[in-house]
Amino acid sequence: MSERQVRLSIEGLHKGYGAGAARKEVISDLTFDVHAGEFVCIVGPSGAGKTTLLKCLTGLHPASSGAVRLDGKVVDGPPRQMALVLQEYTRSLMPWLTVEKNVRLPLANLKIGKAEREQRITDALREVGLSDVRTSYPWQLSGGMQQRVAIARALAYRPEVLVMDEPFASVDAQTRADLEDLMLKVRQDFGITIVLVTHDIDEAVYLSDRVVVVTKGPCTVDEIIPVELPFPRDQIETKSDPRFVDLRARVFSRIKASA
Amino acid sequence: MTRRLSLVALELWLPVVVLLGWWLWSAGAAEPFFPPLQEILTRFREMWLFEQFVSDVLPSLRNMAVGFGIASVVGIAVGLVLARVRLLREAFEPLMHFVRATPGVALVPIFILLLGFGPSMKISIIATAAVFPTIIATMDGVRSADPVLLDISRAYQLNRRQRVTKVLLPSAGPQIFAGLQVSLQVAFVVMIASEMLGSTEGIGALTLLAQQSFAVTDMWSGIVLLGLLGYLVNLLFLLARGRVLHWYDGARKAAKE
Repeated sequence: MSERQVRLSIEGLHKGYGAGAARKEVISDLTFDVHAGEFVCIVGPSGAGKTTLLKCLTGLHPASSGAVRLDGKVVDGPPRQMALVLQEYTRSLMPWLTVEKNVRLPLANLKIGKAEREQRITDALREVGLSDVRTSYPWQLSGGMQQRVAIARALAYRPEVLVMDEPFASVDAQTRADLEDLMLKVRQDFGITIVLVTHDIDEAVYLSDRVVVVTKGPCTVDEIIPVELPFPRDQIETKSDPRFVDLRARVFSRIKASA
Repeated sequence: MTRRLSLVALELWLPVVVLLGWWLWSAGAAEPFFPPLQEILTRFREMWLFEQFVSDVLPSLRNMAVGFGIASVVGIAVGLVLARVRLLREAFEPLMHFVRATPGVALVPIFILLLGFGPSMKISIIATAAVFPTIIATMDGVRSADPVLLDISRAYQLNRRQRVTKVLLPSAGPQIFAGLQVSLQVAFVVMIASEMLGSTEGIGALTLLAQQSFAVTDMWSGIVLLGLLGYLVNLLFLLARGRVLHWYDGARKAAKE
């Protein structure tokens, strides 16, 4: 892994709010790298500041000190090469736009032709299995399907890095498993780098090449655990692999110790 | 089909009963101020269908449409700017709430002084009185846009025009239309008032003139016309709203199920 190109690097990231004695440090001296094509899950106890971390990663919030770099360039606003999928699918899609118009919206400013744009929409919707509901509205779809629309929107944008904040926390267990497998397929098909924030340990181990365990208050890296489980992964086989069970226990004990 | 029919019947029975009651009660009564409904309807037909429709009703409706149109466009634009620019909002909000609290009808004398009795006075007063509900509703609607959608808009690098037309205005749509509906009611009231206070033409002027010359039946026929127009204008508005906000009504219905 070390010989691979570093896509995203977080160096000595600090983030705090307020000033003087009332200052609250949310993220403290956080450092790790994500390699090109890697699937990294950030997992930590609830209230660890994972969402703040994600906002700094995507350039939505400025860092107090330290830096986030994408391909060596400092992230000081949302970069073109990044796409975002959030937990609240009902709030992150435009309810006044149909599925295909939601996917098309971010493509309007890209310097690509009309044919290319339509092709990307078709490909992205096919990838997530929503070719049949292009003209439906998001609120006509189930929660899992709405999150697929958000994923399709991200894919059609063709980012280098896909950042996801608790993307499957609000769907039922079966849908969740389907969406996890979809993300593994997407990484395979599109060759993109994925950073996924979650509080679910099984999910983190199942999806990742490496799991970044963060501590609570302030948020900093506790341990980075490589997951050397073979691909393709399978919900039943992988999760009953003794190595999976060991890794799961290891991540769990780290989180318990830091909470 | 039978369900739909019974719904229509449910909505219609009371108006029908009221009309029938009015008809029967007024037919035999010798009340000078409540002429028989039959006579009112006869005068209604003679006056408004269609002799004075072109000379008096159309200009009234045109004034209201133009005034309301100006109020809508200006109200949405000003509300949007005030929502986005904090400095302007803090400077103008107190003044705006003061002006809004002043009844539009009270402004009519000033406008007559400034602009005389012509259509430009009527259109100006209608637009001025009707603009405030839309400004305030738009401002509130744009300001209460979901921060998650704003994050998404930034992350996907939507430009200012796209943020306004594709995100902020649609998300404020339900509130904007609630404001527009109030503006429409104000426009209608002020249309009538501007004609009653300073005009010799228009439905309001004719109705008041009839009252002052004891042509009670004519007065009643004017009132019936105003009631019908008010109802139809609101119906048209609701049709337009339903077309623009079908996503909102659909999403709300889906959320309930």
